[in-house]
Amino acid sequence: MTATLFEAGQPLTLARGGRLDQVDVAYETYGRLSPAKDNAIFVCHALTGDAHAAGCHAGERKPGWWDNLIGPGKPIDTDVFFVICPNLLGGCQGTTGPSSLDPATGRCYGLDFPVLDMADFVTVHRRLLSYLGVRRLLAVVGGSLGGMQVLQWLLDYPEDMASACLIAASSRLTAQNIAFSAVAREAIMRDPGFHDGHYRETGDSPDVGLAIARMMAHITYLSEEALARKFGREPQTAQTDGQPPGFGADFAVESYLRHQGEVFLDRFDALSYLYLSRVMDYFDPFARPGAAEAAGRVRPSVLVSSFSSDWRFGADHSRRIVSRLERAGVPVSYRDIPSALGHDSFLLPIPRYLDTVRAFLSQALRQVRR
Amino acid sequence: MRRRLRGERLRRDLWLLSSLIPDGARVLDLGCGHGSLLSHLIRERGCRGTGVEIDPDSVLAAIGRSVPVIELDIDVDLGDFADHSYDVVVLSRTLQAIQRPREVLWEMARIAPRVIVSMPNFAYWRNRLRLLFGNAPVSRDLPYEWYDSPNVHFGSLDDLEALFADLGLRVVRCLPLSAHNDRSFWPVRLRNWAAGAALYELAGQPKSGSDADAAGRAAADAAHVGGEGAVVRKSRRRGRV
Repeated sequence: MTATLFEAGQPLTLARGGRLDQVDVAYETYGRLSPAKDNAIFVCHALTGDAHAAGCHAGERKPGWWDNLIGPGKPIDTDVFFVICPNLLGGCQGTTGPSSLDPATGRCYGLDFPVLDMADFVTVHRRLLSYLGVRRLLAVVGGSLGGMQVLQWLLDYPEDMASACLIAASSRLTAQNIAFSAVAREAIMRDPGFHDGHYRETGDSPDVGLAIARMMAHITYLSEEALARKFGREPQTAQTDGQPPGFGADFAVESYLRHQGEVFLDRFDALSYLYLSRVMDYFDPFARPGAAEAAGRVRPSVLVSSFSSDWRFGADHSRRIVSRLERAGVPVSYRDIPSALGHDSFLLPIPRYLDTVRAFLSQALRQVRR
Repeated sequence: MRRRLRGERLRRDLWLLSSLIPDGARVLDLGCGHGSLLSHLIRERGCRGTGVEIDPDSVLAAIGRSVPVIELDIDVDLGDFADHSYDVVVLSRTLQAIQRPREVLWEMARIAPRVIVSMPNFAYWRNRLRLLFGNAPVSRDLPYEWYDSPNVHFGSLDDLEALFADLGLRVVRCLPLSAHNDRSFWPVRLRNWAAGAALYELAGQPKSGSDADAAGRAAADAAHVGGEGAVVRKSRRRGRV
């Protein structure tokens, strides 16, 4: 479903300046809102996610990106909870983003799209909530960039939620994190198909750059062990085995990355990649003095979780969040879940992780219904 | 105050311990287990609290009962907590199972002005008797066989009190416990013989530059630069019953 949340009469003013005269948001919901409206869970997706978080669309076999967590009987139990998941602002799967048409010019925004901030995502999420008639959320939940949106929301509007779940998130990217983002953006912008961001009008597109960006990012989502387990040093085919080395996809891991890059082109847009990754680079909510004061006063309960082999947003990132929240008096729980599978663990059915989310959300519901 | 909490009885020593904690206090419970003490303090006594636990099943249980719990290793991660950020820090029956009790006590005194510690007494007369007859103590307070015990330090109450003194921690109250986890009816001065365990309320806050502070730092530094072996050996020697 799509909702027009901001229009010419009431545009969206952005945190870093600029405004958008029209914002459409694609979203999906699962489960039913209880009569008391006390069971709504808001799910924020990660960098390349979309509104399709769970279940399968008619005629499709691929389930939503968080189908391991969301569904009947799952930790985010759609028999119990009402789940809302929108595509975020700046995205490219139904929500207004840099490749959308600018109603003022009739052309795509391209690089004229305003630079976004984590707070803008939250502004749009909150508008969607009032559009849906939900006053207060039982929980706001998200992984990676999704968890960062949860953190911004928790700090700015803690009264909106009874609880919050931040999984494999960060409150401040390291130089290494930013470096990886930078290379991805360079790959896109230096692609001759980029045309200064106006590739939509030329019929061209920076496919090579976007695929390379995805291939590299994908490596950072997995651990060394995950790649070793999955591919080792296996040759791609029997033909390449024993042949003199060439520069094709000789190894299975090379072929896998190429495939990841290719399929990404069908579902993602290069401009969205630039805009959304940039938001993460600048995200540093605790830099503001007293950032967690409001959350410390309202005291929604918070769960923070990391995964042991995540070298992108590992335990250090999560523990920084925990420490800041705990010092501000926010009731916060933290777990580092053992997993060999790297950052992408937050998408996977790891029993200890699923049990933790399930226990946390069930107690949150018991607390609001007490 | 109710001791029975939603059909669940608070263990007797935890009940005694909770009576040492003022209503509404900010409490950090190190080794909080399933969070029964904190759950009681939060719901019945208006306290705020955080638990620290390393056992995965206990962490899950605590989260499930709405107790904020941080999965950390008490031995290495207490530096995450700010100075004076709680009113009371509790360490119940865990001191004997952690690697560096001295540093942990010092950290506790840094985190809160009140420290509550309980520890089983390896010099309890029944334990002495078992040793005299040639066997390692096994009792209600020390329920493990020598080969599967999580305990790594074997100290008496006298030993423990010497460590408190060494760290500049003043004993405000000492509650010797019987082998049944209740108040021991023996006179307090006989505790090193007659108590199966004891509960101590300590006034901490090692002041910057004081001996305790320096001692704590020196010990912590020694451990961090690879002198851990020396520190552990020292504790073992001192603690042997």
